[in-house]
Amino acid sequence: MPKLDKRTADALVWALLLTAPFWLTHVGGYVELGSRVLIYALAAMALNFLLGFTGVLSFGHAAYFGLGAYGTALTIKYLCPSTPVGMLVGILTGTFAAALIGPMIVRLRGVYFAMCTIAFGQVFYFIAFRWSSVTGGDDGVSAWHRMPLDLGFTSIDLLGNNKAFYYFALAVFAVCAAAMAFLLGSPFGRTLLAIRENERRARFLGIPVDRHIWASWVISCLFVSVAGALYALLNDFVDPRAMRWDQSGNFVIMAVLGGMRSFWGPLIGAAIFIVLQDYVSSETQNWMSFIGLFFVLVVLFFPRGVLGIIQRKAKP
Amino acid sequence: MTQLLLFNVFNGLIIGAFYALMALGLSLILNLSGVINFAHGGFLAIGGYLAYTLVPYLGFWGALVVAPVLTAFIGILVERVLIRRLYGRDPLYGLLLTFGLAFMIEDGTRLIWGAQSLPFSIPDWLSSPLSNEYFFLTGYRVFMVLLVTLAVAALFVILNYTRLGIRIRAGTLDLETVSVLGVNVRVLRNLNFGLGIYLAGLAGVLAAGMLGLQPTVGDNLIMPSFIAIIVGGLGSLPGTLVGGLLIGVASGVTSVFFPSASEAVIYVMMAAVLIVRPRGLFGEEGRF
Repeated sequence: MPKLDKRTADALVWALLLTAPFWLTHVGGYVELGSRVLIYALAAMALNFLLGFTGVLSFGHAAYFGLGAYGTALTIKYLCPSTPVGMLVGILTGTFAAALIGPMIVRLRGVYFAMCTIAFGQVFYFIAFRWSSVTGGDDGVSAWHRMPLDLGFTSIDLLGNNKAFYYFALAVFAVCAAAMAFLLGSPFGRTLLAIRENERRARFLGIPVDRHIWASWVISCLFVSVAGALYALLNDFVDPRAMRWDQSGNFVIMAVLGGMRSFWGPLIGAAIFIVLQDYVSSETQNWMSFIGLFFVLVVLFFPRGVLGIIQRKAKP
Repeated sequence: MTQLLLFNVFNGLIIGAFYALMALGLSLILNLSGVINFAHGGFLAIGGYLAYTLVPYLGFWGALVVAPVLTAFIGILVERVLIRRLYGRDPLYGLLLTFGLAFMIEDGTRLIWGAQSLPFSIPDWLSSPLSNEYFFLTGYRVFMVLLVTLAVAALFVILNYTRLGIRIRAGTLDLETVSVLGVNVRVLRNLNFGLGIYLAGLAGVLAAGMLGLQPTVGDNLIMPSFIAIIVGGLGSLPGTLVGGLLIGVASGVTSVFFPSASEAVIYVMMAAVLIVRPRGLFGEEGRF
């Protein structure tokens, strides 16, 4: 296997993403599927910021994904019929909630951290489920739709034009990916890697580990709520299932499947997972068994993920 | 009012007993093997459904004895084939694998027994109220509390006075040393997993009698069981027991005054414990 230059790989990824609406239909896909892959990839990459690059396992990211989605949906429906304002409120809601939960969990590690993130995630699920006067309870928030994007000189119709929405999602995705790449390359990001590799040593070097983990947690939840906001816009609908714990599991398996140690890994994982889910759920009623089996097989046979295997093979 | 309060406290105690049974099993497995068993709720459902199938042949009492044992055997088998491969690896993989397992079990029970809710009949003399004034004191509920108490006592005896139990506790503290002393750790973890699943199966039979059966029966119980462990403190079985009863009673009492918050209150309790005492009420410092 020839070693792929990092820059060539980046260029390849962007070229594929930019042209996706044109070749997807020729390989049996559809544009909306591409948008869904982008959104889940963003969520999985956001999770991987914490999981792969800080070494902290969160199993509750669906909550902040859902908060982003609910914030967007409720704002557009009740407060202000504008797509950017809705997204902004959604993102702020998710990030704010994560910032509040953060201090309670950053002192915990390993399994304990994972358990507490799951449990705290369920709080928001129950709120969405029970507070039906606002959130619509089990029925979710419907009867609204994404608004055209008003740029001043022109207006982009996101609702009627699938491709327009795909490129809108891709633009948001690109901004977020660039921001994450920038953060990971910065001294802050390098410090996170140091914490992942050896927490005790990082602590001895005088790095405030808990504060860094808190910051990484909030940043990760910020980007996952961006993904949630896009998810609400894509479906023009949100319900509590968007924030249930199985959703968190999906994000984690995407990151693992693609390769936790690489930046683009979660994107590949998300593409495989979403396409597979789309196919299996259209073929059989028992898609849960297949997804479950898929989890088991990934853990047993692909723990390093697709990119992990490629990278290992590329090494002499 | 007093009656309502008593009713809800008692109800909370029963629900708490469920949480505690589930959480004790989870805790046993987590302490010795370092695996969070997401599929625990699935094993609970298996216990309930097996009992449902066995009742026509063995009667209620026979099913109550046999179903949890069969569930434990399934658990032992699953440990040998799948869970065993997770030991010593990042906890991430344990979560993901048991997560997938939970999906498969839920779908499997739906495939075998159907998606609709099934009634589970208990003996008539158990389902009638014991007194007119305290209508909620049905024989079955009192029986459940007694049985859970018995199960917990038995677990205590096993862990403290049998060779297996002492080895399990020793392994929780230092598995390597136990292994060096000549104990077969693979078998120990295997049996320990079976013991934990037995408790889930038992909880499943009891839950079937009270809540009826559907494939998702374990779903509503697994999250509170996690919280019972967190509140009680990781690594402490008495803590888990207390945690389970505590959150059960707390949600029961809350449902008197503020019904819609009966689920939220257990999360508030968890947050309070994490702020004041991050290792949990009975947790040892520095263990996790």
